Amino acid sequence: MKQDKRRDLGVILLVLCTLLMLPLVIGQSHYLMSVLMNCAGVAVIASGVWLTFCIGRINICQAGFALIGGYVTAILIAKVGLSFWLALPLSCLAAALCGALIGSVILKLKGIYFSMLTICLTEAIRLAFLNGGSLTQGAKGITGLPQAFAGDSALPLYYIGVALLALALGVVWRVHYSRLGGIFRAMRLNEDLAESFGVNVWRYRIMAFAIACALGGLGGSYFTLFTQSIYPQSFTVEHSIYYMLFCFLGGLEYVSGAMIGAFALTILFELLQDFQQYQSLIYGVLMIVVMLTLPNGLMALKPLGWSRPKGATQ
Amino acid sequence: MLQILINGLILGSAYALIALGLTMVFSIMRVVNFAHGQMYMLGGFVMYYLYGQFGLPFWLALLLAGLALGAIGMVFNRWLFQPVLASSKREESSMLMAVGTALLLENVALSVFGEKQRGVPPLIDGVLILNDGDAYLPYSNLLVALLSIAFIVALLLFVQFTKPGRALRAVAQDKEAALLQGVNVKFITTLGFAIGAGLAGIAGALLVTLYGVNTGVGTNISTKAFIMIMIGGAGVTSGAIVGGFVLGMAEAVGYDLLPSSMTYLLIFVAMIVFLIFKPNGLFGKPWG
Repeated sequence: MKQDKRRDLGVILLVLCTLLMLPLVIGQSHYLMSVLMNCAGVAVIASGVWLTFCIGRINICQAGFALIGGYVTAILIAKVGLSFWLALPLSCLAAALCGALIGSVILKLKGIYFSMLTICLTEAIRLAFLNGGSLTQGAKGITGLPQAFAGDSALPLYYIGVALLALALGVVWRVHYSRLGGIFRAMRLNEDLAESFGVNVWRYRIMAFAIACALGGLGGSYFTLFTQSIYPQSFTVEHSIYYMLFCFLGGLEYVSGAMIGAFALTILFELLQDFQQYQSLIYGVLMIVVMLTLPNGLMALKPLGWSRPKGATQ
Repeated sequence: MLQILINGLILGSAYALIALGLTMVFSIMRVVNFAHGQMYMLGGFVMYYLYGQFGLPFWLALLLAGLALGAIGMVFNRWLFQPVLASSKREESSMLMAVGTALLLENVALSVFGEKQRGVPPLIDGVLILNDGDAYLPYSNLLVALLSIAFIVALLLFVQFTKPGRALRAVAQDKEAALLQGVNVKFITTLGFAIGAGLAGIAGALLVTLYGVNTGVGTNISTKAFIMIMIGGAGVTSGAIVGGFVLGMAEAVGYDLLPSSMTYLLIFVAMIVFLIFKPNGLFGKPWG
C-alpha cells in the first residue's frame, strides 16, 4: 500500500511538472498545445469516473454530466453574459447538484442495473438538451462563444487546463487516501457489511457520485471554453465508454490511473493521425486486449526484475 | 386507437425477441451483453446479403443469420468472456469486455458494410384493412410479428422440456449445484451465449424486412433492450417478454402523439421513476 501510494504520487507530480514546463519547448505550436489541453480536459472528466469505480459503481453517464457542465457554461456566457471565471465554478456546481439529485434516486441500484441505467441517463440528458427549445438551441447547439482570452496565445487556457487537472487530482487524492477513501473501499467490497458497521452508506455514495459529477461538469465546461461551442453530440454514450476505458487502462487502484489512461490514449491517437477513422475500432480492440492481458492497468506494471509480492497476482 | 394498439403489439413482439436473447445471456453468465444491438445489426446484414443480394430463400437466410451470430457468440464466449471471468477480481472487467466487443463489432461492420441504410424487398405485399379503414396492418408486419412469437414460443418450449434446456435453467439458478449434478457447465454456458447471440441475429434478420438496417443502429437497439430487461427484471424470461411489449406499446403511443426524441426522453424519465419504486423490475429477484 505504502509503496503504491509513493508510486502514485511520483507519477502525478512527474506529469504535472512536465505539463508546467512543456510550453517552454512547444509553446509555439498551437496544435501540440491543443492536444495537451484536450488530454487535460479528458483526464478531469475521467477522474470522476474513476471515483465512482471506487464505490463499486460503473458510471456510464459521465458524458451526460460533462454535457450539463458544458451547456451551463455556454448559457451563462452567451445568454446571461457572465465572465467564464464565474461560469466555470457555477457549471461545476450545477453538475454536482444534478448529480446529487439524480444520484439520490439511482444509486440504490447496484451492479449491472446501475450501469444499464446510466447508459440510458446519458441518452436522456442528451435528448433533454436536444429538446431544450430556444435555451439550448436544439441540434444546432450553442456556438460562437467569445474567446476566453483576447490575443493569439493559447497559454492562459492551457494553464487553466493544467490547474483544473491538478485540482481534480488533488480532490480525488484527498478523498482516496483519507478515511473517506477507506469507507468507499469498504462500500465497494461489501455495502451491507459497511452499513452494519455504522457507515451511512446512502450519504457517502451520494457524496462520491456528486464529486464525480462535479468533475464531469468541470471538464465539460473547460471543453466548452476552448472549443467555444457545445452541441448535444459533444458528449455521447461513446465518450462515457472511453472514459471507463481510460480508467481501466491506467489502473483502478491508483489515483493517477484515469490521467495516465487519458493521456496515453489521446496522445497515441494524435500520433496515429492516419488511422483516425479507425479510432473506435482501435479502442475496441485495445479494450479487449487490455482486459485479457492487463487486468490491473498500466500503473500496476512493475519494471523488469521487480519481484511481485506473494499473492499479488490473480 | 386500434392502429396504435396494432403498432404496439407488432413492435412489442419483435422487441420481446430482442430482450429474450439479452436476458438469456444475463441469467446464465451474469454478464450484460453490450454487443447485443450490434449482433442484431449483423443479423440484419446477413439477411440483406443472403436474401436481398444473393437471392437465397427467406427461411434459409433467417436460419443462417441465427447460426452465424450464434457462432460469433460462441467464439466470443470461449475466447474472450471465459478467460476474463475466470481471472478477474472485479465484475467490471467482464462488462468492459462486453463493451469492447460491441465497439469492435460495430466498427468492423462500419469498415466492411459502410454507412448506408440497407433494406430488402418486403416478404409479402398487401395490407389488411380492419374495421372499415380504421386501422391498416400490412401483411409483412403481421408475418414478422407471428414469426417473432413463434421463435419465442419455440425457445420457451426448448428451455422447458429438453435436456439442454433444463441444464440451462439449472446453470442460471446455481452454477455450482448444476456442476455437482453433472452438468457440463462450460458447454452449457457457451450454448446459452450462442442462443442469446443467435436470437439477436434472428431478430435483426426479421426486422430488416420492415425497417432496413444500418451499421449505426447497434447502440440504439442495445439501449432499448436494456430498458426492456430493466422493466421486466434482468435474467427473468417472463420479464423480458413483458418488458418488450411494454416498451413497444409505449413507443407506439408516444410516436403517435410526440416527436420521437421527446418520446424517448419521456420513456427514460418514466423508467427511472419506475425503478425507484421497483429497483428489480416487475419480476426480478434482488441481485448483486
